[in-house]
Amino acid sequence: MKIVKINKNKWAEGLDSLAGSYSLTGPVKEQGCHNFKKLNKGQLPDFDFLNTKLSSKSSVFPQSEAMIEYNLDETADNHHIMKEVKKDYSKRAVIGMRPCDAKAILLVKMNFDTPDYKDPYWLNAYNATTFVGLACDQPATTCFCTSTECGPYHEEGLDVLLSDAGDHYIAKALTQKGEELLACAKWTEAADSTVMEKKKKEAEGKIVSSVQTDQLKNKVTLDLYSAPFWDDIAFACINCGTCTFACPTCWCFDIQDEVKGNKGVRMKNWDTCMSPLFTLHTTGHNPRGEKTQRVRQRFMHKLKYFVDKYDKGIMCVGCGRCVRQCPVNIDIRGVCDKMNGYEPA
Amino acid sequence: MNNPYLPYPVRIDDIEIATEDKSLRTFKFVFLNEGDEEKFAYKAGQFAELSIPGVGEIPIGIASSPVEKGFVKFTVFKAGKVTSHLHNMKVGDIMGLRGPLGNWYPWDKLQGKNILIIGGGFAFTTLRSSIKFMLDPANRAKFGDIHMVYGARTPGMILYREELIEWEKRDDINIHLTIDREAPNWGYHVGMVPTVAEKVGPPGNDNTYAIACGPPIMIKFTLPVLEKLGYAKDHIILSLENRMKCGIGMCGRCNIGKELVCKDGPVFTLEELNRTPKEY
Repeated sequence: MKIVKINKNKWAEGLDSLAGSYSLTGPVKEQGCHNFKKLNKGQLPDFDFLNTKLSSKSSVFPQSEAMIEYNLDETADNHHIMKEVKKDYSKRAVIGMRPCDAKAILLVKMNFDTPDYKDPYWLNAYNATTFVGLACDQPATTCFCTSTECGPYHEEGLDVLLSDAGDHYIAKALTQKGEELLACAKWTEAADSTVMEKKKKEAEGKIVSSVQTDQLKNKVTLDLYSAPFWDDIAFACINCGTCTFACPTCWCFDIQDEVKGNKGVRMKNWDTCMSPLFTLHTTGHNPRGEKTQRVRQRFMHKLKYFVDKYDKGIMCVGCGRCVRQCPVNIDIRGVCDKMNGYEPA
Repeated sequence: MNNPYLPYPVRIDDIEIATEDKSLRTFKFVFLNEGDEEKFAYKAGQFAELSIPGVGEIPIGIASSPVEKGFVKFTVFKAGKVTSHLHNMKVGDIMGLRGPLGNWYPWDKLQGKNILIIGGGFAFTTLRSSIKFMLDPANRAKFGDIHMVYGARTPGMILYREELIEWEKRDDINIHLTIDREAPNWGYHVGMVPTVAEKVGPPGNDNTYAIACGPPIMIKFTLPVLEKLGYAKDHIILSLENRMKCGIGMCGRCNIGKELVCKDGPVFTLEELNRTPKEY
């Protein structure tokens, strides 16, 4: 695929051209941290971050999204008939997501795009989006992507990969969608294709943290489930759910009706397996009523159930957000290694 | 793209009080749009989301049978927000129905086999659907002997009582009704379901399957009875319940290990369940 050089003095101009055809989302610094926001006309994405506070999963899976609407006014035509909320799925592009977040979107796709059912909200947004990644040359100490079948220059899930080379970016088009975006921005100057390879090697060498996952598939689910370490791992957890909201691969959601006057919508909202309400039955019975059960569910889902179900590795891309943001320092790397090395007595 | 979150619009065509304490009602729905009933083609053992705009959705087993046409029926216990609202709705009200969802009792595997159905309390809805299906003249010859043990606290708490009494008179099904304690004019069994099942249940063998649905306490005491009768773990079929939202395997809350109760279930064999965490 094509590799081009984008002089930084052509960057704003190119983005301006893109804004004519795409609605753009990129990292923006607000209240001391970077997150993905819609870029207003002329606004540049701010690339001065290690990684964003929240992942870019919201580009296809918004934290709250109206799915269905209805009118409860019994004098109106079609009252109580539920209809799909019409949405604008015109072209959009995410500019500057990390490669780990892009790989995460592919993992999450396996949940929303299945042979039996397809989530139209997720898939329509996904199909409308061109994903432009920003390679990591300065990883954080909590990054462990090279041991999760990912990496600082990983290309899976991206349409374009950008690498910062000082006074210019090197951009590699990875798909047809990516080539179209580069053409639309008029970024066409040919670049030396060896530079990116060299930078990739350097960047991978800077990632020193890792997890062991090779034995997870061979473990017996019920052995891991009844392993003695779960109480210890969960001991400090306050079930705040930060890990699940920050995680680029967490996809669980709730469905809630919201009504104002006679008009109502059915919403899809991010949910968290850390909440006891997540599984509470109407009878009061709760299959995961205890904190330890919920913490175990989170790790077992990511590191065992997902591995067994899809055979595509673990449901973690090594972005390290949960490690950095956990208020009580629970570290998935340690849990993963414990599970990987566990032998029942 | 077909939207699996969008319910079919239905009208409440009839509401029947199903038990003497009025805690259960049977709702009969008809589809508003032509063609939707065909799209809703279901098998006995599946469930659907009853979808009330402005209130929410609730997963409920389908009580009508695939051999009954023109409507679908659900018997609903008044328990939480959605079911309490539903109990206050009237004939003619419009709401939604999403499904059919989940797997079903393994009808292909059950062909030519003897079947022991065990039900307790109000967990008899998909069992009613199943029996109605098997007793249909087009299907009865496909199955061997059919035994049924069904119990409730009192005669008035037995679901579909008139229909069961009709079935009781047939010679192609062995019906055993039971209530917890003696009641006047009760001509059937008295005692708990597992005890009656132990007395009247056919012995387990390669050609005999048991399907059990009931409250957890009934299941707990029924499983040892089935084992005693000689049923292998892959010949014991159970149907689970868990909190659900999407019903299509996406929202993530109803899992037991890697299996999702809403999509990979709700029907599992005991052998399958013994390999998963007991998070139900």
